[in-house]
Amino acid sequence: MREKTLKQVVTFATTSDAMAMEAAAREFGIPGRVIPVPSEISAGCGLSWCAGIDEKEALLAGIEKHSLSYEGFFEVLMY
Amino acid sequence: MIYFDNAATTCMKPPEVAVAVARAIDSFGGVGRGVHEASLDAGMTVFSARQRIANLFGYPNPKQLSFAYNATEALNIAICGLLEPGDHTVTTAASHNSVLRPLFRAQDSGLAEVTIVPIGPDGSIDYDEFEAAFRPNTRLAAVTHASNLTGDVYDIARMAEIAHAHGAFLVVDAAQTAGIVDIDMTSDNLDVVCFTGHKSLYGPQGTGGLCVREGIDIKPFKVGGSGTHSYDREHPSFMPERLEAGTLNAHGVAGLLAGVTYITDKGVDVIRAETQALASRFENGVREIGNVKLYGGGGMDRTGIITLNIGDFDSALVADLLNAEFGICTRAGAHCAPLMHEALGTDQQGAVRFSFSHFNTEEQVDAGIAAITEIAKELS
Repeated sequence: MREKTLKQVVTFATTSDAMAMEAAAREFGIPGRVIPVPSEISAGCGLSWCAGIDEKEALLAGIEKHSLSYEGFFEVLMY
Repeated sequence: MIYFDNAATTCMKPPEVAVAVARAIDSFGGVGRGVHEASLDAGMTVFSARQRIANLFGYPNPKQLSFAYNATEALNIAICGLLEPGDHTVTTAASHNSVLRPLFRAQDSGLAEVTIVPIGPDGSIDYDEFEAAFRPNTRLAAVTHASNLTGDVYDIARMAEIAHAHGAFLVVDAAQTAGIVDIDMTSDNLDVVCFTGHKSLYGPQGTGGLCVREGIDIKPFKVGGSGTHSYDREHPSFMPERLEAGTLNAHGVAGLLAGVTYITDKGVDVIRAETQALASRFENGVREIGNVKLYGGGGMDRTGIITLNIGDFDSALVADLLNAEFGICTRAGAHCAPLMHEALGTDQQGAVRFSFSHFNTEEQVDAGIAAITEIAKELS
């Protein structure tokens, strides 16, 4: 049975911000991937970024280094 | 067919444009509508296009670039979204109907007043007259960067300086210049640049947009699906989605991205020089033909347009003879630029517009000269 694990989730104000994150991740190897915004954070649709909880430092460093815009930073227990 | 109607739509595109559209048609999902490969592929392409085009316009933030259907839609978004009741606006007689009609509608509905700065018979503008048109309640000046009738390029940096000195915004119609004339929103202090994809950016029809300087709030005239914030009552307030509603034309934008990439790889200056060389060759070739009248030339520079008439003959007749007997595509008539035709004195006759692309050849240009020579001879 699949179990929930703690993840690092970054939300964005716009789809463009999510695409900027994806572009930077592809080019510079920032950990994580695009996922739909989990319902624990926001109802509705939209794109967010998910990385392992142990990748938080690398994720934050990548966001800061490449001046990526984000809306919120969450730790979410998810499948 | 020899195609000299590039100011309407460029017909000869870099081959990679069609390849990009064909690939997109068979692989793209909706931008921002999912995280699967098809949606991300579309999303990344659109994002890359925002980056490339914003960079082409000398603007550092790609999120300030919203896509639209064409320059006309972009200009409607900018003009209608900036005006408030009681505002005054300025434009020039060189404007296309894509600028004039939104302004006239605002005027006729009582929303705003419009002052039109005249254009000289050589296509020139008097910048002192332009400045004199501003009033304390002037909200914006909406101006064409280059006449779609004569190809005369106007000094938008100077216009921006004047507009800002009077507390107004400058909205630029770059339909005729994007990709062939340098546009630098940062150094020229431009507020809004509206563009279309299907002319000198070599994209498909149905692509275009506007690049908006940060801090300028344009009210969207369409709202709806955004892919984000779906339970919010209002459309997102963030750019670029603020001015986009519904599924984007990502298939078209993929082609536009390929076109813009071609331009940036080759260089705007190189494309302009090659195009102007062909236009000059044509102009020099037809200048001495008896009965040929040339128009324009009063701007600070020129795009690849040469416009002419033969005597007093109807421009539609000349364009039809070029097409039917020589297989040469041009544009006759009014070119959606009624006030410019009045300025040039061609409002009854119209004019025959030859608009060149750097994909044209000297042989094609010479065939155009020969055709005009023959038609002028036959009609005289």
